[in-house]
Amino acid sequence: VVMATNNPSVFLLMVNGQIEGANFPGYDNLYCKYCFVYGHDWAPTTGLEEGITQITSKSTQSSHKLIWNFPLEATFKSANPSGWPQLVVSVYGPDVFGNDVVRGYGATHVPFTPGRHTRTIPMFVPEPTWRLQKFTGWLMGRRPEYTDPKVVAHGEGREATRVRSQGFVTVSFHITTKDMKKMGYDVGSPSSANAPSATSNWSTEEQS
Amino acid sequence: MEEPEGSDEDPGERLRRTFRAQREKSKKIRDVEGISSIQQHSADDGRTEQTDESVVPSKSGKLSQKGLSSRKHPSATSQHLDDSVTRRLEAKLREAISKVEEEQKDAPLEPASRLQSLRDRDAAIRFDREVDADRVERQDVPADLSTRVKFREAARKVIKVHPNAEEAYTFFTHNFEPDPLDESEKMSRKKKKTQRTSEEEGDGEDGEEEVKEGDHDIESESEQAPLVQNEDEDLFVLDQLPEDVLVVKKAEYVGYKQRVARESELLFTPSSQPVPTSCKLPENMKPRYLEDEGLYVGERPPVSWTNERIMENRLLQMAEGMKWFGDDGRTLALPNPIKESSTRPPLQHIEGDLDPALQTVFRKLVMSKNANLYVTGAADPEGDYQLDVDVSGLIFSHHPLFSREHVLGARLAQLYDQYLSRQHNNLTEHLTDKLRGLRRALQNMLEIHGERDLTPPMQQRISEYSLEVRNTRQLRDNEQEKDRTLLKQLVKVWKEVKTLRELQRFTNTPYKLFLRRENVDRAADEQEHEGEILTEIVELQAESEEDYQRKLAEYKKQLEQWKLWRRKQKAKRKKRKKKKKGQSHDDTDEDEEEQEMSESESPTEEGPSKPEAPERPDFRSTEEWVREKASRIRRKPGEAILIPDLTASGNITATALCPRTEVARREDVSKRSLFIKILYNDKEVSRTDSRALNADFRVHFGQIFNLKIVNCPQSINLQVFEQIGLSSSLLAQVFVPVPQPTVVTGNAPLEEFEFSSNQRVMFDHEGVGSDVPLSFDADGSNKVTLLTSGKVSCCVSWGNGEDGAPLAPPVSQHLVRKHGGLGHLDAVTYLGASGLYDMKKIAEWAKQSRLDPNDPKNASIMQLLKVASSGEVTTPEYFRLEHLQEEFNFVTDEEIEKNKRFRLLRLREQGVPEFRNYKFVPAHENGISNEVFKDYEKRLKEEQIIDAKEYLDTHRALVAKNLQKIRESVIHRFLHAKRNYHVSDLVVEEEIPSIRFLGIELFKWAQPRRPLKPQRKERKKVTAQNLSDGDIKLLVNIIRAYEVPVRRPQSNKAAQSSQAAIQGSDWYLSQAQLRPFVEVSFQRTVLQTSSAEGPNPCWNEELQLPFRAPNGDYSTANLQAVKDEVFINIFDEVVHKSGESDKDRGQSFHASVEKHWLGSVKIPFSTIYSQSKIDGTFKVNTPAVLLGYNSERRHAPSGAYDILLSQSEGTFLTLFITIEPQLVPGESLRDKIKEVKFDSMQFDSQEDEGLLQASDRFESEATQNFPDRPCITTVVDLSGKTVFITRYIQALNPPPELLEVSTQEPAALIARYVSLIPFLPDRVSYTGACGLWSTCDQFLSFLAGDEEEHAVLLCNYFLSMGKKAWLIIGTAIPEGPTAYVLTLEQSRYLIWNPSSGQSYSQYDTFCPLQTIGCLVNASNVWFNVQQYTSPTRISFDTTKAKLWKQFFSRAFCHPGLSSVQPETLMYRRGDKAAAAELQDRIEKILKEKIMEWRPRRPTRWNRYCTTTLKHFLPKLEQSRGADVTEGHRHQLQSQLGDNKISGFPLNLPFSGIQPIIEAVYSTGVHHIQAPSAEFALAVYVHPYPNNVLSVWVYLASLIRS
Repeated sequence: VVMATNNPSVFLLMVNGQIEGANFPGYDNLYCKYCFVYGHDWAPTTGLEEGITQITSKSTQSSHKLIWNFPLEATFKSANPSGWPQLVVSVYGPDVFGNDVVRGYGATHVPFTPGRHTRTIPMFVPEPTWRLQKFTGWLMGRRPEYTDPKVVAHGEGREATRVRSQGFVTVSFHITTKDMKKMGYDVGSPSSANAPSATSNWSTEEQS
Repeated sequence: MEEPEGSDEDPGERLRRTFRAQREKSKKIRDVEGISSIQQHSADDGRTEQTDESVVPSKSGKLSQKGLSSRKHPSATSQHLDDSVTRRLEAKLREAISKVEEEQKDAPLEPASRLQSLRDRDAAIRFDREVDADRVERQDVPADLSTRVKFREAARKVIKVHPNAEEAYTFFTHNFEPDPLDESEKMSRKKKKTQRTSEEEGDGEDGEEEVKEGDHDIESESEQAPLVQNEDEDLFVLDQLPEDVLVVKKAEYVGYKQRVARESELLFTPSSQPVPTSCKLPENMKPRYLEDEGLYVGERPPVSWTNERIMENRLLQMAEGMKWFGDDGRTLALPNPIKESSTRPPLQHIEGDLDPALQTVFRKLVMSKNANLYVTGAADPEGDYQLDVDVSGLIFSHHPLFSREHVLGARLAQLYDQYLSRQHNNLTEHLTDKLRGLRRALQNMLEIHGERDLTPPMQQRISEYSLEVRNTRQLRDNEQEKDRTLLKQLVKVWKEVKTLRELQRFTNTPYKLFLRRENVDRAADEQEHEGEILTEIVELQAESEEDYQRKLAEYKKQLEQWKLWRRKQKAKRKKRKKKKKGQSHDDTDEDEEEQEMSESESPTEEGPSKPEAPERPDFRSTEEWVREKASRIRRKPGEAILIPDLTASGNITATALCPRTEVARREDVSKRSLFIKILYNDKEVSRTDSRALNADFRVHFGQIFNLKIVNCPQSINLQVFEQIGLSSSLLAQVFVPVPQPTVVTGNAPLEEFEFSSNQRVMFDHEGVGSDVPLSFDADGSNKVTLLTSGKVSCCVSWGNGEDGAPLAPPVSQHLVRKHGGLGHLDAVTYLGASGLYDMKKIAEWAKQSRLDPNDPKNASIMQLLKVASSGEVTTPEYFRLEHLQEEFNFVTDEEIEKNKRFRLLRLREQGVPEFRNYKFVPAHENGISNEVFKDYEKRLKEEQIIDAKEYLDTHRALVAKNLQKIRESVIHRFLHAKRNYHVSDLVVEEEIPSIRFLGIELFKWAQPRRPLKPQRKERKKVTAQNLSDGDIKLLVNIIRAYEVPVRRPQSNKAAQSSQAAIQGSDWYLSQAQLRPFVEVSFQRTVLQTSSAEGPNPCWNEELQLPFRAPNGDYSTANLQAVKDEVFINIFDEVVHKSGESDKDRGQSFHASVEKHWLGSVKIPFSTIYSQSKIDGTFKVNTPAVLLGYNSERRHAPSGAYDILLSQSEGTFLTLFITIEPQLVPGESLRDKIKEVKFDSMQFDSQEDEGLLQASDRFESEATQNFPDRPCITTVVDLSGKTVFITRYIQALNPPPELLEVSTQEPAALIARYVSLIPFLPDRVSYTGACGLWSTCDQFLSFLAGDEEEHAVLLCNYFLSMGKKAWLIIGTAIPEGPTAYVLTLEQSRYLIWNPSSGQSYSQYDTFCPLQTIGCLVNASNVWFNVQQYTSPTRISFDTTKAKLWKQFFSRAFCHPGLSSVQPETLMYRRGDKAAAAELQDRIEKILKEKIMEWRPRRPTRWNRYCTTTLKHFLPKLEQSRGADVTEGHRHQLQSQLGDNKISGFPLNLPFSGIQPIIEAVYSTGVHHIQAPSAEFALAVYVHPYPNNVLSVWVYLASLIRS
């Protein structure tokens, strides 16, 4: 109702993009689940909050990338940038015995600035508490999993877990915002170029 | 395209192959299309163009990459690659060039094609324009050609890499002819294409030529045509391999000998044979060895002989080789020490000749302002400083273990050292020489000038000389005296040592003093001596003469003065005399004289006294004095010179020969060892090895410690430790100064630092001890007190780096630090961070450091000081950690309070329940309505002013307030416990299968399959947090009920009339008169089963009730806090038929269904959640009286236990309740609290540490072996302290009122009293969870508590009544973990449920207690280690250790723990007036409520019935519902006549009004819809002591029949 006026009460964040693919050395036939995690003051207006990709296998070519090219499209409205949406991705795939096990969790904030962004999310999986569990887990096809993948978007209680890093997922975002500046939130100049994130900076080596 | 570096293949070859493939492709296309028309050609042409275009850039890209990479990595392989590429390219070039040249010939003949594309024309124009330009240098390349340009550049780079200088030269210098090469080439190509009929080979070249274009541009001229000799067409066929172009030749070989011969012309191999010296020296010269001549020769640097010889041989070959050899025939290897001029050759040119740019300019040194501000090397990555601490050794000059001989020996050694150092300095000799020299000089002077008159300066000099002589003589005499006494002392001490050795008959020290006698020539010596004395006498005489003269002169002067003064006096007197003469003439002159004398001597008369004439010096005494002195301080003339020589060559007596005390001392010595700790800036950084103390009290360490330092060195401290066995004690500390930066390892000498210790040590053996008076004299006089002392020889220096650079801080900084300037400059280091808040200190510091007030850096400090000195600012008395906090407050606190948005955000952050899940806080304040806070504020208000209506009496209001506070503190206390996450909270993982489990798994494989015997499978557990509304269902499986009260046949007339019909089947009918069903209500959802028949109905129905978490929060914590209860009510379905329909069947008749409440079971959700399932048979709470119903009595056996057994009578309901899906029960807070408790155990308990550990052990052992048996040994009291559980058990007096009533079994009454104390409704979430136990008096004053507190109170009451009672810690249905009370009555055990007041016999099957974990009484805790846990199957004999594991056993005795309970409990009598008041209020409220619940129909109250009921209630209270039913019913019946009555009394402990309303509501009385229905409601409140109230509500409905 108020949107048309000069004094908007909400701002909009439109997220387009795609989960481009992943790099999981040693694993194949993976699929990816994603969901957005956001704070109290955020509400999705359109688009899918969660989704699941197709299973993809590696190309026989030299490139070891798994390609999903799974589109993301969601619009959020909010009045408060606190609790800015995060994209949580979790990758699953079959193990040697064909059991579906988790291959990685990861999360990244949806970029703040309008424009195109590519994020390479380093992924990790929880480790079994005991070595024996690792073995039996492997035998029975039951790896430790997070009770809720959204855990990786929060910091609370993470100190209790041990994780192993494993693979990367590349996501590209196209961000459009509306009324952010009007509400007094300046996120800086829109980055036209592909501004690599801190995470992708060091992970590009693995990519190539 | 493949990467060239990816394969071993020759990249050129690869390139070529690609081209070939390309060409073949295009050829194919042509073949298919044919060549029919020009049009086709042109299209075709376009396409080939395109393919060409597409190919070229990529190739060029590759090439340029290639070039770049080869430039970047000039490694061997790439070089090789490079070369081969260049070679290939060259070959290609040659081909291309020849081709072009051939075409060029054709070019003029053919006109440009009209079909030329626009693009090509463009190109043509371009080339036309640029034909004249220097193509190589051209810069303005059109944009569309950029790729080609790139290629060209790449090619250029390739050329540059190619090191053909000649080529390069021609390339740059060649005068390029205006050769329109490209154009012509292109044109020719175009032309060819249009013309082409069969000439297909040419096409292939096109692509290639495109590629080669760049190269061609550049190199076509430089690479001259002759490179390609045969312009054969074959050359351009790419199929030709390089072999065709190359010529294979035999490698050139030069024979070995020939080569050697050739080489020998150029090469010289110096031999390593020694060169004869004669060759190295000029002819006819003999080698001269400077060493032999006594000259100093430095040490030659070490060079191996072979190398030296080779060098010599080489030098000899040189023209001027001879100058390299020294006089000794060896190469000059050392600098000439006496060379005066600089070795460095002088600069050839004068400065003026220098290029002005190269002139050196003098710049004044500028001090960096900030350089000194920082601590050296602290943050400097280059500040790599190292201190080398060399601890060489340690010598004791006194040690407590010294024997007397050692003491003397040490003294001797010391004296000898002194002697040696004196001898070394030889001051006496020096002074004697000086004296001699001075005397001679004086003599000379006098001799030369003596006869003539001396000039005043000469006189001056002479007197100076003589003064000097005097002083020097005195000094020499002193020194001589010292020498003499030292020698004497030395001899004396040595004598003492000798006597001591003789006395003790053994030797401890190896010292031996020899006195060497050096004989002198007696005559000469005497002469010298005499001469010396004479000279001295003369001198002294001269001096005293001079002195006398001076004194005499002074005397004379004084005398003169005196005389003058006297004369004046006389004159005065004469005047006076004259006056007197006139007066009297008797006075004679003598008198006058006398008078004069007296006058002059009179003290009143001031004036200098008459000076005395100085004595003439007595020369004889002088001579005597001189002689005496000489004999004292000098050896006698002719006496031999004694030279002491101290050696340590003596033998030490073997230990075996020593007396016992000495042996003990030596043993003690051998036990001792010493080590040194090195402290840097008061921190221990290293320590030496421990070395044994030698018998000579010397310790050698010889260790060097390299300290890599980061902090500025403040102090270096060596601590000497003495070790005896394992204990070590600090002996002394030695502070070593921080070395100057110039002191670097290698040039720093070892220094000795003395230390001493004032420790008092005494021994009972030969050791003399320390700080103990000691005497060597026989009579014990001359006591000396010796302290442990010694010398550490060590050296601290700055380390050397690997490259030899000193690892010392820069000198300037160091100096600054040395002067303490660093501290002055940096306020923080000077004062410490905290000092910054002390204005005085700052001011002091500022004054000391002389801050520059003009420096803008200091502006703020100066300002501050100005204010501070004016006295306006006082030092704050508080400490503020973040003194800049205010800077970060973006608005003031008030503003945050005022702003609705901020407030909302804050409340949400704080997790206030109303806002915890508040979504979408608006961006602006005006978007928030005040409504948002209404609920919250209302709640706050309620919390503050406890609603009087709710609690009805002020005491309870107060208690509620108190409880609120306690709860808050509990919440805060455990807030961080909640945050304590576990892996299982976050990660789902498989449990480790135990061996047993694995075994069973394996066994299962072998087991026969039994599909007809399904096994129960564990459900998968779901964590609560990812659930949402509607996901969770509560499954209630109502199985059956036992002994439901049956309807009593109506005793009205209608019933009587049909009695005959009934008579035959009375039993059957009476059974049939019951259609019970079960209604389950949860969270306002009500579901019911179908109705069954009879008093023992079986439903076996599953009801699914949806569950919604409050606020939509499904987190574990929130679920645990859900306070909702599941109400399970049993109703009787009564169908009233209205309308007579007997006659005409089939006619419809009205039937109204009523439900009559029979009983209820309440199960809190939290129990279900924590238990995950509830399975069992429960006793239904049935009202004491159920009007119109008869409870089916069991055939009670007559016997002694009748009463006891009657307790287990009643209605029972079998239930199974669970949650679907199964939720992971949040780890109960208890465990987490335990962790927290253990963390903070040390300071949170007054219990003994050992006890706590033991209890911890006991509990963990218990849970390990029997995980399902609860075991509690320690609990937390209300103040949060851990208390041992037995302290809670103590006999306490029950209210005396209850004991007075003798009519009843007192135990039951007391149990009832305890059960009437309400449960704490608000603490549902914390029951058991936090294990907070209040003491009984606290419990009674709060009037609220959980099962444990009830149980403790009951147990204590029983104990005071003389029963044997225990507290049972166990689990029960439905409470879960709980506490019961066990009593021993007449050799039978009774189990009491403190919350209901009921008792069960041990063998009662319906006892809700399921598991018994442990028993507790005041003296011990017993843990159940029997096979079973159920009370029916275990033995309660706690004396059997096999069955019950004791906490306090013989091994760990009961430490006599005192009770935390009060001595006695004080009771207030029940307040009847207040109870009556409350009664009225409850009645009023309930009536209002019931009317409210029946909004559609009028509610009529039967007053008559009400009053009747009211009379019954007190009786019920007295009898607690026993055996009053019959009479009661009859009475009612008679009073109310025809009315059909159904009703029941409810009994509740009073905790508030809300539970009463709930209970009434759940009975569903208000549902009666019959229009004629009337109601009756009576309330009775019975007061028990201490405000414990029992509330009775009698509800009845009357239907007029």
